[in-house]
Amino acid sequence: MSGRRIKRDRKGGYRLALPREERELLASLPRQLREVLKADEPDPGLRRLFPPAYADDPEADDEYRRLMREELMEGKLVALRVVEETAYAEHLTEEDLDGWLGAIESLRLYLGTQLDVSEEIYDNAPDPNDPDAAAQALYGYLSWLQEQAVEALSAGL
Amino acid sequence: MRSTAIRRHNERVSQTIEAPVEVRLPEGDEDYDHDRPWAVIVWNDPINLMSYVTFVLRKLFGYSKEEATKLMLQVHHEGRAVVSSGEKEKAEFDVARLHAHGLWATLRQD
Repeated sequence: MSGRRIKRDRKGGYRLALPREERELLASLPRQLREVLKADEPDPGLRRLFPPAYADDPEADDEYRRLMREELMEGKLVALRVVEETAYAEHLTEEDLDGWLGAIESLRLYLGTQLDVSEEIYDNAPDPNDPDAAAQALYGYLSWLQEQAVEALSAGL
Repeated sequence: MRSTAIRRHNERVSQTIEAPVEVRLPEGDEDYDHDRPWAVIVWNDPINLMSYVTFVLRKLFGYSKEEATKLMLQVHHEGRAVVSSGEKEKAEFDVARLHAHGLWATLRQD
């Protein structure tokens, strides 16, 4: 894997240079996370997507969640839809790429929580016999792609 | 801070912010004093990339690259940093914006 996947173009948008198989992968991920988000049973892997606002005041935190959870959820669902709708696009608007960044972030938070990642994940060569190897590879790929999205968007700040 | 190469993708250098063992804040007062400002705190976590945290702080609060990098490094080294402060409503709004961007943020009255 080499070369930059996301580049700012002269028109204020972004060129998306992704191979077909990466696009297919990225197009398939939003549906999977949406199912987790919409499941009746709350998945503990989602806790980093909805962190507490008041660490030492459960009552205030409940009130914050009551007010904000739906809006936070909607933002995450919108971002996932953007990736689904533009996974095969050659060009992204800045708004699209913001959606990509948000969707990649949600996927990384979910996967990273499930894998219980620490910094050491980057120090150890992947073990192909590890049952988590595929999820770790996906997490690594999304981290790499997020760096690129951040770099492209930072150029526009 | 550790700079760690991800060997899965040879060319990538990716860095994360390390997790706190436990988030523990001092006990808050039951009755909030309306004169004292509220602080918005971003906490260390093992998932968010350092470049991403810096980007979000620039985007949401208009920090320069240098200011945002300094705050990000403070989060990384000290476990947390105050990224904004003000009235309760504003602080809560800022926390919600940080949560919308996946950062681990809380507010408390100083």
